[in-house]
Amino acid sequence: MFSNIGKFMHMLWVVFSKPEKAGVFRKRLFEEIQLIGINSIPIVALMSTFMGGVIALQTASNMDSPFLPEYTIGYITRSSTILEFSPTIISLILAGKVGSNVASEIGTMKTTEQIDALEIMGVNSLSHLILPKILGAVLFFPVLIIFSMGLSLVGGWLSLMLAGLSSTETYVIGLRSFFEFSNIVYALTKTVVFAFLIVSISSYYGYYTKGGALDVGKSATKAVVSASVAILVANFFLTQMILL
Amino acid sequence: MIEVKNINKSFGDNHVLHDINAKFEKGKVNLIIGQSGQGKSVLTKCIVGLHQPDTGSVSYDGVDFTHLDRLEKKEIRKQIGMLFQGSALFDSMTVEENIMFPLTMFTKMTKKEKLDRVNFCLERVNLTGTNTLFPAECSGGMQKRIAIARAISMNPKYLFCDEPNSGLDPKTAIVIDNLIREITYEYDITTVVITHDMNSVIEIGDTILFIHNGRNWWMGDRKEIITTDNKEISEFVYASDFMQEIRASMQDKRK
Repeated sequence: MFSNIGKFMHMLWVVFSKPEKAGVFRKRLFEEIQLIGINSIPIVALMSTFMGGVIALQTASNMDSPFLPEYTIGYITRSSTILEFSPTIISLILAGKVGSNVASEIGTMKTTEQIDALEIMGVNSLSHLILPKILGAVLFFPVLIIFSMGLSLVGGWLSLMLAGLSSTETYVIGLRSFFEFSNIVYALTKTVVFAFLIVSISSYYGYYTKGGALDVGKSATKAVVSASVAILVANFFLTQMILL
Repeated sequence: MIEVKNINKSFGDNHVLHDINAKFEKGKVNLIIGQSGQGKSVLTKCIVGLHQPDTGSVSYDGVDFTHLDRLEKKEIRKQIGMLFQGSALFDSMTVEENIMFPLTMFTKMTKKEKLDRVNFCLERVNLTGTNTLFPAECSGGMQKRIAIARAISMNPKYLFCDEPNSGLDPKTAIVIDNLIREITYEYDITTVVITHDMNSVIEIGDTILFIHNGRNWWMGDRKEIITTDNKEISEFVYASDFMQEIRASMQDKRK
């Protein structure tokens, strides 16, 4: 385990070196934003809408006490979404989608000697392949999470309207109650850390793949599991550091 | 010229290369041959710097490559072209983008100059007009030729070919062999080819290094390899019935 951590840190040291050519790096960065970020919009939209709907319905179904005001549904939906569901659950889903994609892409390049070809040409393969992915994710994941928060709240509203459990006015009052901007900062800080963990861990497993197609699959699985565990551990420590 | 001195390489307890010494001459096709698992590919990876040898050195035209730092190695690597066993073309790029890639990374050529160079390289390997194809749309032989075009795009001083004929039909294999030989003589470069294809040995081997059990067992040329009495080489060269028939007919002629 310690040798893996050492190897991972060394990888990051080489990854964060000056790109060979700014123009090539810029092109690669936009390609990665498209692949990692924009292509994830449909799954994030679907998950967020249903997630918001379920949070609102579950909260409404537990509103038995007459002392709880009805706007609590909107308040809890907003708080749960911003604090935990959008940044953490969506990041876990992205760890599956993006993590397996990154690990298998780099792993296949490794086993088919494409990475050796880059090295022979004199290209820093770690920086060329991984830096645009990390930066692309770190820049675009917060956008995805803000988008997810919005859709989740819309999903909550839609589900309440369809089930006839609350009015739009009451739901909106709940959404606006006791709002703290620092919660958004906390959520986006977590997102940036999660984005970094997902892509760097997946790239690590992909880059050090040895063998053939079967090993690429194993690397992708290890990448998703490790990135998910890292997200949960980081979530715990970030919450302690920022919220408490 | 590339000179290899006292190269040793181990992976854990597995001592793969033992005191390898060799010289690969400029303007010649230098072959490294031997059975599978004898250390040919590890030796090549040590020579090009993908593996760091445990001891010994590799020098390119007198410059000790093994002990250079990353940036200094990069300058030498820009002069190296390599054809990998599986071609190693970037599958997310078109043929044109593959060949253009090193030019984009390391030169200040304009778009038109790069395109002219790509078309020249494609013409050289008889693949004019394939610019927009993706590697997956090309046959194995075409992929090898595209990889050669990419390898020569930067006008390399050194060309390495790792089993260039593996997976190819005999006719295409001859085309690839001829291409490697022509390019070597035409550009006066140092070419190192790893192979266990006997046809390549006979056709293009100007100098031959035979690796056995991780040691440089024998060195010579294509004429000497046919006539040598070395047991291990005879077993390698005359492994097929066809080659044994040729040897028998040669011996009959001598009588």
